[in-house]
Amino acid sequence: MKDFVYHKADNLPEAVALNAAYPDYPPLAGGTDLIVQWRSGIRKLDGVVDISCVDELKRIYDEKKEIEIGACATHSDIIGNAAVKKHLPLLVQACMSIGATQIQNRGTIGGNIMNASPAGDALPVLLIYDAEMLLQNVKGERWVPVRDFFKSYRETALESGELLAKIRFPKRDFFDYRGAYYKIGTRRAQAISKVSMCVMASVSHGAIKDIMISLGSMAPVPVRARGTEALLKGKVIDDNLIHTAERSLADEFNPIDDVRSTAQYRSYVCGALIVKFLRESRIKK
Amino acid sequence: MTKVVKKVQLNGVEKMVEASPESRLLDVIRLELNLTGTKEGCGEGECGACSILINDTLINSCLVLFGQLNDGDKILTVEGLGDAKHLTSLQECFITEGGTQCGMCTPGMLIAAHALLIKNPKPTREEIAEALAGNLCRCTGYKKIIDSVEKAAKIMRGES
Repeated sequence: MKDFVYHKADNLPEAVALNAAYPDYPPLAGGTDLIVQWRSGIRKLDGVVDISCVDELKRIYDEKKEIEIGACATHSDIIGNAAVKKHLPLLVQACMSIGATQIQNRGTIGGNIMNASPAGDALPVLLIYDAEMLLQNVKGERWVPVRDFFKSYRETALESGELLAKIRFPKRDFFDYRGAYYKIGTRRAQAISKVSMCVMASVSHGAIKDIMISLGSMAPVPVRARGTEALLKGKVIDDNLIHTAERSLADEFNPIDDVRSTAQYRSYVCGALIVKFLRESRIKK
Repeated sequence: MTKVVKKVQLNGVEKMVEASPESRLLDVIRLELNLTGTKEGCGEGECGACSILINDTLINSCLVLFGQLNDGDKILTVEGLGDAKHLTSLQECFITEGGTQCGMCTPGMLIAAHALLIKNPKPTREEIAEALAGNLCRCTGYKKIIDSVEKAAKIMRGES
């Protein structure tokens, strides 16, 4: 048997260089997905590039116009950060829905992104906040907007030799918006989601000025529900519209049956979630 | 694989530990250090039986590789709480309140509860349940575990 190869990066340039030099050895951060996949035999692993101790990758920067989160910031780091709480409250909610304390203390936002599961809990939130990913290789770096990042089932725009270093979120004024993050799973802690939804809307005098809806586990990649959004924009929220929204969202995607849920249930429950959101928005104004 | 050496604070005592970097910390604790209080349940971060603290942070030791440790890291396992002659209030209350039955989840429960009480000496029952959400017990139904932690917190605050 070949020896397991363990490379440990002490700083960011080293992490980028090791990652480029050993494309067959994935970056190891929190390990909450990678180690499970390796130990269970789902993923063969001959080595890793350990980036979990790289300080530059763990920091969260509160800049003037944006918030930058290092790929190795843990879910707990994100939950406990005041700037994130203020500007990206739905990201905090999503991170709180991941696993339980032990997993939140270890799992990272970069890992959630690079695992690229359609059920990744933070991913619908990235779509709503227009996140951008900073990909670095030995030659340089590039920013990729989230809408171009998730290509197909577990496929991302990351190329061999590139490392996800940071996630950047523009600070936008969501002053008159109401947002919600919903995760439907077997139990609140630990369970992998059957469906997740992130939604944000601006409602004035009972009418929807703007609405953004994104969904996890409804398609091979996290998706915006553009069709339903267009249908709702500019309309007054009444029973009729709520019913239309429910049907539209249930019909907009073709989810699959898998071990966690069925296509039918997924469509039904995402319809039910938009009903819940719109009803609450109507009351709150 | 070439073994590596890490200098850690293990339950308050400085120790040089040698192991392969790809070994799970859980295996190093149980097999190399012979601290068998830390249990393996699921081996995939679901059950919390292998919970320990690294630098006061609660983690599952089945999901940490030995190579990920840094020199100087503080590790606390259940053996670092109290021994049979000097039980901590938490351990005492798990006995008096019936918070333990088969015992498999107990070390993880104790460590997770300990981590909670470091940060929050006066938790509500909901906060206790939340803090223990990553620890599964198949015997007690959790009520008595939550009772145990609640009682221990009271004693530690000097209220009982």
